[in-house]
Amino acid sequence: MIHQYQNNGYNIVMDVNSGSIHVVDDVVYDVVPLFENNSLDQIVAALSDRHHPQDIREAWEEVRELKEEETLFTPDIYEQYIFDFKKRKTVVKALCLHIAHDCNLACQYCFAEEGEYHGRRALMSFEVGKKALDFLIANSGNRVNLEVDFFGGEPLMNWDVVKQLVQYGRSREEACGKRFRFTLTTNGVLLNDEIMEFCNREMSNVVLSLDGRREVNDRMRPFRNGKGSYDWIVPKFQEFARKRGSKSYYIRGTFTRNNLDFSEDVLHFADLGFRSVSVEPVVSAPEEPYSIREEDLPQIMEQYDLLAKEYIKRAKEGRGFTFFHFMIDLQQGPCVAKRLSGCGSGTEYLAVTPWGDLYPCHQFVGNEKFLLGNVEEGITNTAVRDEFKLCNVYAKEKCRNCFAKYYCSGGCAANSYQFHGCITDAYDIGCEMERKRVECSVMIQAALAEN
Amino acid sequence: MKKRVKTLVTRNLKESMKKGGCGECQTSCQSACKTSCTVGNQSCENQQ
Repeated sequence: MIHQYQNNGYNIVMDVNSGSIHVVDDVVYDVVPLFENNSLDQIVAALSDRHHPQDIREAWEEVRELKEEETLFTPDIYEQYIFDFKKRKTVVKALCLHIAHDCNLACQYCFAEEGEYHGRRALMSFEVGKKALDFLIANSGNRVNLEVDFFGGEPLMNWDVVKQLVQYGRSREEACGKRFRFTLTTNGVLLNDEIMEFCNREMSNVVLSLDGRREVNDRMRPFRNGKGSYDWIVPKFQEFARKRGSKSYYIRGTFTRNNLDFSEDVLHFADLGFRSVSVEPVVSAPEEPYSIREEDLPQIMEQYDLLAKEYIKRAKEGRGFTFFHFMIDLQQGPCVAKRLSGCGSGTEYLAVTPWGDLYPCHQFVGNEKFLLGNVEEGITNTAVRDEFKLCNVYAKEKCRNCFAKYYCSGGCAANSYQFHGCITDAYDIGCEMERKRVECSVMIQAALAEN
Repeated sequence: MKKRVKTLVTRNLKESMKKGGCGECQTSCQSACKTSCTVGNQSCENQQ
C-alpha cells in the first residue's frame, strides 16, 4: 500500500507495509501511482506533457530500485502473524487506577461527569489499591515494566492513598522482579510543594490538564462555583514543570468547537515555557454544542498545517517544543506487533474503579456491560475480554485500506463504541484528524532531516 | 545514491517481526492520550 501526499512543499511517498518513507521530486511523485499497472513506455507517454522523457525514465529507474530494495510496493504479510500473536496468552501490564471518583473542577466535556462516572462519589481505599497492584503483579507474566496511572476524577483528592500505593509498589519490586512506572494525571488545583517533590521523585510522567489560553480554559474548565481555573493553576503548573527538570511531563488540553483555532492554544503553552504539550480534540456526543463536527474538519486541518510550520520554524531556531501528536519515532518506533494489535484495552490495560471493579479502560467505566471482574476474583467476564483480545487492525474493515493504521493501531475502542455501538468500527471524524496528524508528523521529519 | 529520492531512516517493519511483540513498551493511554490511540510516537524497548 502506498500513500502519497504533498505538504509544505514536500512530496512524500509512504510505503505503508515496510514503514519506509521517501521524499521525492515531482517526476517520481507522478511516476509512482502509474508504476505498478503500466509499462515504462505507457508512463512516458502519460506524463510527457508535464515532464521530459529522459527525466521520466530516470525517475522510473529509481522507483524500480526502491521496489527491488523492498521499500516500495511492499506487500502486507502481517495478517497471519497478528492472528498468531493474538492467540497467545495475554498478560496485564498496565492499570489505570481511579483513585478518586470526585473532582474539584466542573469541566463541561468530562467523560467522567465531574469525576463520578455515572455513579457515586467515591475514593479508593489503600486496601483496594493494594489488591489492584497485587492483581497486576500476579497477572503480568514475565513482563518487567508495569505501568500504573493515578487517574480520576482528580487523584490529588485522595493523595495519601496515592503515596501509600507508590510505597507499597516499590516495596514489592525487587522480590517480584518488576519495575513500576507510576504516572499521575491531575488538574493541578491541589498541587503543593510536597506533592511536586514526591511526584518528581516517584512519577515517571505527569499529565497536567489545562486547555490553553485563559478564556478558552475558563469556559470549559471552571471550578464548581463557575469561576475560571486558569489563574489558580497556571503558576502551579509552571513551577511543577520547572522543578521536573528533564523528567517527563505533558501539559495536556482538550480542544472543542469553541476553539477551533487551537494551534493558538498549543503555542500559548509553548510560550508559557512548557516543553511537552498535548492538545487533543474533544470526543463527545454529536448533540453537544462544543462537539467537533464534520464541517469543522477543513479548519482543523488548516490548524494542524499552521502548527506544523511553526513547529519546524521553532525547532530550527533552537526553541522547539514537543507536541504529542506530532511526535513520531521513525527509527526506533514500535514493532509491527504493537502497531497492529491495538491499544491493549481490555487485555493488557485495565481500569480499576474505587471499589475494585475492572473495566477494559477508563472510558468504559460505569458501563455495566463492560464490567470485566474485580481485583479480588480477577477477570470473570472472559467473553468481553476475548472480544477486546481480537480487536486489532485486521478486525476493522475501515482500517484495512487506511495508510495510518500502523500509527494509530486501529484507533480507540471506546470512541468506536460511542459512535457505532461496537468496538471494531472507527470514529470517522477522529480518523480524519489522525490521518492529518500522521501526514504532518512525517512532513516535519522530512523538514528536520534537511539540516 | 538516488538523485530524485531521499529516503528517511525508518525502522523496517518486516524485520521487526523477528524480535517483536515483547510487550515491554508503554501502553498508549498511559502517556498523554486518554481519548484517542497513538502508538507511532512510542519507543521500542527492545532494540538489541
